[in-house]
Amino acid sequence: MGGKEDPTANGSPKSESMAGKKASPPDLLSSISLKSLKLKTKQQELLLRVSILGLVYVLAFIARLFSVLRYESMIHEFDPYFNYRTTLFLTEKGFYEFWNWFDSESWYPLGRIIGGTLYPGLMVTAALIYWTLRFLRFFVHIREVCVLTAPFFASNTTLVAYFFGKEIWDTGAGLVAAALIAICPGYISRSVAGSYDNEAVAIFALLLTFYLFVKAVKTGSLSWALASAFGYFYMVSAWGGYVFIINLIPLYVLVLLITARYSLRLYVAYNCMYILGMLLAMQIRFVGFQHVQSGEHMGAMGVFLLMQVFYFLDWVKHQLNDTKLFQTFLRITVTSAILVGGIALGVGTASGYISPWTGRFYSLLDPTYAKDHIPIIASVSEHQPTAWSSFMFDYHILLFLFPAGLYFCFKRLSDATIFIVMYGLTSLYFAGVMVRLILVATPAVCLISAIAVSATVKNLTSLLRTKQKVPQTGSTKGAGSSKSSSKVTLDQSQPFQKNGAIALLVGVFYLLSRYAIHCTWVTSEAYSSPSIVLAARGAHGNRIIFDDYREAYYWLRQNTPTDAKVMSWWDYGYQITAMGNRTVIVDNNTWNNTHIATVGRAMSSYEDEAYDIMRSLDVNYVLVVFGGVTGYSSDDINKFLWMVRIGGGVYPVIKEPDYLVNGEFRVDKGASPKMLNCLMYKLCYYRFGELVTEYGKPTGYDRARGVEIGNKDIKLEHLEEAYTTSNWIVRIYRVKPPTNRL
Amino acid sequence: MMKNSSVVDQLLLLLAITILTTPVLSDLVLSKVERRIDVTSQIARVTKTLKVVNSGSESVSEFTLTFPKFLGNNLAYLSVSHSEGKGKSKRSLANLSVKEANPKGMPDSISFYSVTLPKPLNKGDTLTLEVVAAFTNVLQPFPEKITQRDIHLVMLQESAQYLSPYVVESQSLSIKLPNARIESYTKLENTKLQGSEIKYGPYKNLAEYSYAPIVVHFESKAAFAVAEKLVREIEVSHWGNVQVTEHYNLVHRGAQLKGEFSRLEYQDRPNPQGVSALRHLLARLPPRAHSIYYRDDIGNISTSQMQSDSKKTEVLIEPRFPLFGGWKTFFTIGYGLPLSDFLFASEGKRFLDISFGSPMLDLVTEKLIVQVVLPEGSKDISVTTPFAVKQSHEIKYSHLDIAGRPVVVLEKNNVVPDHNQKIQVYYKFSNINLLSEPLMLITGFFVLFITCIIYTRADFSISKSSAAYLAKLQWDEVHWNLVSVTFTCNLLISYVVDIENMALSFVYQVLATLQEVQNIIQKCLAAHDKLEASLRDLSRTGDIQTCKAARKSTDSLLKDLSKDLRPLLASLQSFPSASHISPKVEELVAKEKELQEKLMAKHTTVVEGYEKKSSGRDIENRIASQQQKIVALRQEVDDLLEFIDEI
Repeated sequence: MGGKEDPTANGSPKSESMAGKKASPPDLLSSISLKSLKLKTKQQELLLRVSILGLVYVLAFIARLFSVLRYESMIHEFDPYFNYRTTLFLTEKGFYEFWNWFDSESWYPLGRIIGGTLYPGLMVTAALIYWTLRFLRFFVHIREVCVLTAPFFASNTTLVAYFFGKEIWDTGAGLVAAALIAICPGYISRSVAGSYDNEAVAIFALLLTFYLFVKAVKTGSLSWALASAFGYFYMVSAWGGYVFIINLIPLYVLVLLITARYSLRLYVAYNCMYILGMLLAMQIRFVGFQHVQSGEHMGAMGVFLLMQVFYFLDWVKHQLNDTKLFQTFLRITVTSAILVGGIALGVGTASGYISPWTGRFYSLLDPTYAKDHIPIIASVSEHQPTAWSSFMFDYHILLFLFPAGLYFCFKRLSDATIFIVMYGLTSLYFAGVMVRLILVATPAVCLISAIAVSATVKNLTSLLRTKQKVPQTGSTKGAGSSKSSSKVTLDQSQPFQKNGAIALLVGVFYLLSRYAIHCTWVTSEAYSSPSIVLAARGAHGNRIIFDDYREAYYWLRQNTPTDAKVMSWWDYGYQITAMGNRTVIVDNNTWNNTHIATVGRAMSSYEDEAYDIMRSLDVNYVLVVFGGVTGYSSDDINKFLWMVRIGGGVYPVIKEPDYLVNGEFRVDKGASPKMLNCLMYKLCYYRFGELVTEYGKPTGYDRARGVEIGNKDIKLEHLEEAYTTSNWIVRIYRVKPPTNRL
Repeated sequence: MMKNSSVVDQLLLLLAITILTTPVLSDLVLSKVERRIDVTSQIARVTKTLKVVNSGSESVSEFTLTFPKFLGNNLAYLSVSHSEGKGKSKRSLANLSVKEANPKGMPDSISFYSVTLPKPLNKGDTLTLEVVAAFTNVLQPFPEKITQRDIHLVMLQESAQYLSPYVVESQSLSIKLPNARIESYTKLENTKLQGSEIKYGPYKNLAEYSYAPIVVHFESKAAFAVAEKLVREIEVSHWGNVQVTEHYNLVHRGAQLKGEFSRLEYQDRPNPQGVSALRHLLARLPPRAHSIYYRDDIGNISTSQMQSDSKKTEVLIEPRFPLFGGWKTFFTIGYGLPLSDFLFASEGKRFLDISFGSPMLDLVTEKLIVQVVLPEGSKDISVTTPFAVKQSHEIKYSHLDIAGRPVVVLEKNNVVPDHNQKIQVYYKFSNINLLSEPLMLITGFFVLFITCIIYTRADFSISKSSAAYLAKLQWDEVHWNLVSVTFTCNLLISYVVDIENMALSFVYQVLATLQEVQNIIQKCLAAHDKLEASLRDLSRTGDIQTCKAARKSTDSLLKDLSKDLRPLLASLQSFPSASHISPKVEELVAKEKELQEKLMAKHTTVVEGYEKKSSGRDIENRIASQQQKIVALRQEVDDLLEFIDEI
């Protein structure tokens, strides 16, 4: 560098550099022609920053492509199939048709008003990308767009994380945050290619809203507040998790008020964001008037009113100029405001205008609520409380960096750091209540950890850098005749400090590299399976693929009448409609508990009782998932108790103890007679008793549960086997017409 | 239903023939007819050798072929060639043109085809014709519905005697059946069953329109794979690839499955059932086919195997599920072919030479649509096909297309593997068009970058005087100043190192001088301290003499020191590079001197005070002002020292 600068530094800088280096930097700047240098620094810094961000952007995208490379470009899991189907509809029929779509293929015979019961953000986003690409003359298939939407938005999230980090700490923290969130397993789990779910865009929207709001609070600018209102609108259109925003932001504002950080900036930011965000959110049909009518949104409204009271008091204080009088006035106003608010809330709730909190909301505040009251929520594995191991699995070192980051945040408390602290703490609590909410906590954890990493590294390197300067002065001193005593003592303490700093830096980089390795491993091993196609290792280490789901759905699609109704447990509803293109009785939307309970009841009844139920529901085919041959454990027999519970919750005829023996769930000889003869058991094990699944075991050996089944002689009276996939994972039965007709 | 209708057809045909008032078409006589029917697959392939003799007086240039209507309706392929020579030296010559004919006064139950002979057949001349015909849908499953355990039985209806408008002198028929069970067959005179072949005839001297219906009922193990619709898209890219994409709507046209499908029985190892199911198809692709994929609406299908050698590429395609009678499936296969194998140039035009039908073996296609997608900008498109097809043109938009690519659409019904002949698509294409798409991309990116550059350079704020804008500007300035200051400092550090290297001794001299100055000042200060200490001693002990002595020694020491200092200062001023420091040093020296004077004055005052025996308070009052000045001066001197120290 010095060599490069030589031509600009002529003559005089020599002495200046020695005499005035520390004393007067502005002089230096003016004397050396630094205009060019200044630009250069700016550009270099910018180049460095942009290229790091660019790399992180690309990394976030490609880290999510494992499943595409290992399997294929396909939609994963359950809900994404519904999203894919609706997106397909949107691109084929246009927005108005989509908005007014009544879907008769699901929830037979009720049907579902799709336009009014979904968050359209994801579909509209994918369709917009699709239309843009087509406009730019890239004729891609909508499936490819859907598959890659999640990685694309994950990449965008890293950008938002950078800006957010920059806002709450500094550029370095922003860069680290972007890098951390790009590969954090907690986020990757929901955003790999093919995971075309609401969360894919919602996390982006969530973080964007928060960032814009923090920016708005920091600047007090109306435009940022407006932007955050639009971010909120996008979030509302994309995911039900917007409730988190509409509760966290008021809570944050409340905390600022309590900690005497109220300012006009906050007033502008919150009011603009709340009012506009609320009005915009009402445009989403599924959300409707909930912002003014539902208990979950009342907190935001209360804080909004509180802000007005605060502003009013502030004004009065300014006008009054008398502390005593003001104190009295304050007391009266606050009491009456709280009273009026309380009464309004009470009247609203009592009259039913304000709806009470929903079960899902309750189950967040009280983890045991769902277990006791709403079995259908508790039956979903991703609604279970989080185990410690999964925190470790999803966060790895972030779990340790998080408290360190909190320390730094508290050390430099500002409006922005208060926000991130609150976001981190609340979302971490929710992550502990429900496994899937780890996702919401991930950005906060990444940001706070990034602060820890950035601040630590910065401190350490600055230590190192001062060291670098000292040896130079030391050497010049060495040529002199003597040294001052103070310098000598300083020099003695340096080697230790320097080594310590280096060791710590190496440690930080080691941890970070472990983190990167862990993330890659987790992504490739745990989160990149489409769960439609199952893969296993064969005896010779070769890869065996079980593509039974698609086999069955495609059979349904091709070889059943187009108006056939298929009954299955609700888990498979979306997939059957999307891949099998057939009408289903219940699906993953789970909006009607009674209907699901009816299916649960049919599955857990004897065949003739079930036949009556199926006749009344017009069922033509029954689909069950069975893992006894392959050892696939998440099959219908293992889910069966939930069917019994949900069915029993509505129809008391179904009693859980009937299916248990001494509180134990069994399928072998010791199972209860009701269990051995219920429809689900019969459908799963029909003719299974004649099959040898494992060498050296008796016929009818269930590999998923490791027992020989108890009822090998199953006769079906009203149903017949229509199709069973090559590994028996999906079995489809035809419901025979009544014998006295035809 | 189909079977019934064909039986009715046959009855009608018999009726028609009996009442036929046979108008003799010409005086041709078929001296020998050999018919071979191959029904080992789902397609009934009929090969006939006809020896034609003109027994009349006029020369004949047309020959009429007839089929019963129920066969004629299912005729998929017909080709007639004439051959010369006998036995092994026999060779077929060019195909003759065949067209459907509708002679008047003929019953509807017979299909007529007229063949144009290569040269008019004169009186007494003979000609041997080879006729190849392929029929689809003539093997009727019977029974029409079977369970999974049943075997698949089909029925063939034909005539033991050759139906012809001409007199046949001698004819024989052999039917080749698959090597399996034969349920029953019509027994006429001269009927023989040899292994899996049934022979009828020879029958001599048959009149015109002789007809003897026969029915053969036998087991067929062949898959009745029928593509209800097949769309083949052949996309030519002049970047070196011909991409073929084929969409199959496949159905099993054999006897329909009734009752249960049992996976257990289907998979039963020693004796698997459901033999009539279509388990797989074999596609024989051209050699050097690459990037082969096999998928359907819902994704990739993993059940396929491929093996390739230099002659061909074979792909064994297994549908997601076995196809039983009446079951359907849809799938897509695609593959790339090297352009150089299929694209040729002739007379300033290019032509694509590629096979028309599906690469699947034994597949009947009910409706075949071939779309040849030519590169954007192709002109003068023409197609030659060996048989009649319906032609139309379309435009297809693909990646980066503006005008769209011209598409030649060829449509044909009832296609059998015999139609797998080459078609040629001629077109003109200029190589410059090749560059248009890369250029478009380049332009696109160029525009994007230019916009970015303009955006980052330009100032888009509306109000240049608003407070926020100014604040932003200022912030930018300060921020970047800070960044550049740190940067400059780092630069300067390295710069100092450079200078050191260049003029190390020189700098050292300055620094050494400075060091010495510093030392001297330090010594002076030490002397001051000593003086102060003596004053303190004085106040404690009251020993004026000792104090005076101390004063004297200090005085002399200070004088020596100032003497030492003078040359140092002079030398420091002589260094041009030290010009910045020397004022400071001078200041330091001056201050020190002042301090010295004040101190002396104080000392004198105190000593005098003690000599006059005035009270301690009195002395203190007197020296208070002096003391303040001394402290201030001392502070300044220390600061300056520290500053120099830092240098």
